[in-house]
Amino acid sequence: MQEKKDKGKITRRKFLAGLAVCTSALALPIGGANASTWEEYFRQHFKRLDKDELDTILKNMEKELSEKYRKAVTVKATPPMENVVFGYALDLSRCIGCRRCVYACVKENNLSRTPQIHWINVLEFEKGNKKWQYLEHSNRYYNPEDVPQKGHFYVPVQCQQCKKPPCIKVCPVKATWQEPDGIVVVDYNWCIGCRFCMAACPYGARSFNWAKPYIPKEEFNPSMHYLGNRPQYKGVVGKCTFCIQRSREGRYTACVEACPVGARKFGNLLDPKSEIRYILEQLTVFRLKEGLDTNPKFFYFFSMGSPVKS
Amino acid sequence: MEGLKGIIRTLVTGSRAYKLWLTLLFALISVAIVLLYKQSDQGLIVTNMRDPVSWGWYIANFTFLVGVAAAAVVLVVPAYLYHHEGIKDIVLLGEIMAISAVSMCLIFVTIDMGSPERFWHLIPKIGIFNFPQSILAWDVFVLNLYLFLNLFLVTYGLYKMYTDKPYNKKLIWPLILFSIPAAISIHTVTAFIYVGLPSRPFWNAAILAPRFIASAFCSGPALMLILFQVIRKTTRFEVSDRALFKVGEIITYAMSLNLFFLISELYKEHYIETAHIASVEYLWSGLHGHNQLVPWIWTALAFNLTAFLLLLIPKTRMKLSTLNLACILIFAGVYIEKGMGLVFPGFIPSTLGEIYDYFPNALELWISLGVWAAGMLIFTVLAKIAIAIKTGELKAAGK
Repeated sequence: MQEKKDKGKITRRKFLAGLAVCTSALALPIGGANASTWEEYFRQHFKRLDKDELDTILKNMEKELSEKYRKAVTVKATPPMENVVFGYALDLSRCIGCRRCVYACVKENNLSRTPQIHWINVLEFEKGNKKWQYLEHSNRYYNPEDVPQKGHFYVPVQCQQCKKPPCIKVCPVKATWQEPDGIVVVDYNWCIGCRFCMAACPYGARSFNWAKPYIPKEEFNPSMHYLGNRPQYKGVVGKCTFCIQRSREGRYTACVEACPVGARKFGNLLDPKSEIRYILEQLTVFRLKEGLDTNPKFFYFFSMGSPVKS
Repeated sequence: MEGLKGIIRTLVTGSRAYKLWLTLLFALISVAIVLLYKQSDQGLIVTNMRDPVSWGWYIANFTFLVGVAAAAVVLVVPAYLYHHEGIKDIVLLGEIMAISAVSMCLIFVTIDMGSPERFWHLIPKIGIFNFPQSILAWDVFVLNLYLFLNLFLVTYGLYKMYTDKPYNKKLIWPLILFSIPAAISIHTVTAFIYVGLPSRPFWNAAILAPRFIASAFCSGPALMLILFQVIRKTTRFEVSDRALFKVGEIITYAMSLNLFFLISELYKEHYIETAHIASVEYLWSGLHGHNQLVPWIWTALAFNLTAFLLLLIPKTRMKLSTLNLACILIFAGVYIEKGMGLVFPGFIPSTLGEIYDYFPNALELWISLGVWAAGMLIFTVLAKIAIAIKTGELKAAGK
């Protein structure tokens, strides 16, 4: 409601911009601040930008990134599709722990290589471990010659796109919110880096840019979404967006495409004929940490019986 | 103008020890500023914090200092509600301590932010202040409210004293009364930041806020007792033993509650152990061989217990040497308990079960020391002015 009301008020916006100029004189380094730095500094929250402002921002961003990475960059802000809520299901009996999804995600989403940021974490457990849901029995840093390792099973975890996300509620500036298609997004230009959302997330799904992200030019993905895989900044939080730049164009996420064993299923929860709906209705699924009632749209299932028994 | 000159004169004149103290504070602040430049240039990667433990030493200090700030109320209540004359004389210093502590809190939160230059995003209307959903927004609100409340009370009181005019009781009395729930609220809301996170079972406990308050009423007054004696020794400002012993008595009650809440907490975790005990284990006995916090927390407990015994026995409570020992032990004990003992284990093991043995690095320690120096500087400056006015060294012309 607030955001809608604000869109009409240009006079106040101008007043606020003026006010911001005054206050920010203190906050910004004097040298080296050019026009785009100022625009970026005073840019409003994504939901408060009108169409013209957003178009200009996207165009400028495309120009800047094209020059920097020497590729024809497109930055879109594709809105959610009508009657679509995305859901995900992961087949634990197929996952071999190869981490191809992890690296496909890094590449697709322009995540920092140094320091390394992963939006997917694959946990390795020993088979027969009855306490595997005590997650400290897992190993996130397994590094064998071959996978799957004998006597082990693997549980990949990424943003569970909760219907009741604790991360959103705690954000002091509403820099993160849930879109109508169920995707929880972050405005990298609005996040103040307080990391309260990371403390609130029960799934370790949020990553902080502890340093300036480094993305090698030759691996840069030029096809981007403002709320998704555009390069992030030092000092802000990022997270899996179900590859919003792909999913909103009707494509599979990068992790789904990369999975060599077909363990990853993705689709529209509102479409009764979708594969995801078939899995939810025909197989037994479970979600992580159900006791917290976060109501994730990320499900786990076993298509071939529990690998714990094998 | 005349008054400003007087204030400056008061601040620049002082004993050798006073000047040495200021030099030390400025030196520590300078070191911190240089390191903060490095931190803002390279990012928080220069700290030891990482994704699994995303808050560390800065937030631990913030949490502890909120308690110190809240403790001014320990003086306000006996002074104004019970008309304890000895404490009435020192309540001003308690409020100055609150100002210094809240200032440190705000600095600690700011330097912990990844993008502090975007602070304007928090300003309602211009930015977006997620109130009342985000408990952090509440905290920003109550901390600033408490800061301005105390700033007003101190400057108003000093100004009236300076010009030798009577207080407007109708204005001051409601504000003093209001400062009592305000002090409780800053600590409650800060505790609720942690309590409101079911993802972290270690913090998601109803006992947390009451225990925060209890330990705050130990550590804050303990620090006050020491500072009052320093002031009494180095200036003409008088603090009666009676007032000191009264504060000592209040600390005794608070520590008994703090220990009682600790027992309640440990009972709940241990009687029938569940998966949620992992962080408690990490803190008190070590988890899967990771036990770096164990010696710290047992030291803290030993300090608190020893201090409690010293305070419980009237003979040692009413003797300055043992009272001071108790205060030092309590300050150190609660600093460990509310700082690293509360913040670090909440993140260990992480929500995905990773055990990352976070401990602050040298940069974090030096920067934090600098923030403490800044707080001490605020206290020194305000207290120096207040004492000069109170002892009559500084007063309006013609009075």
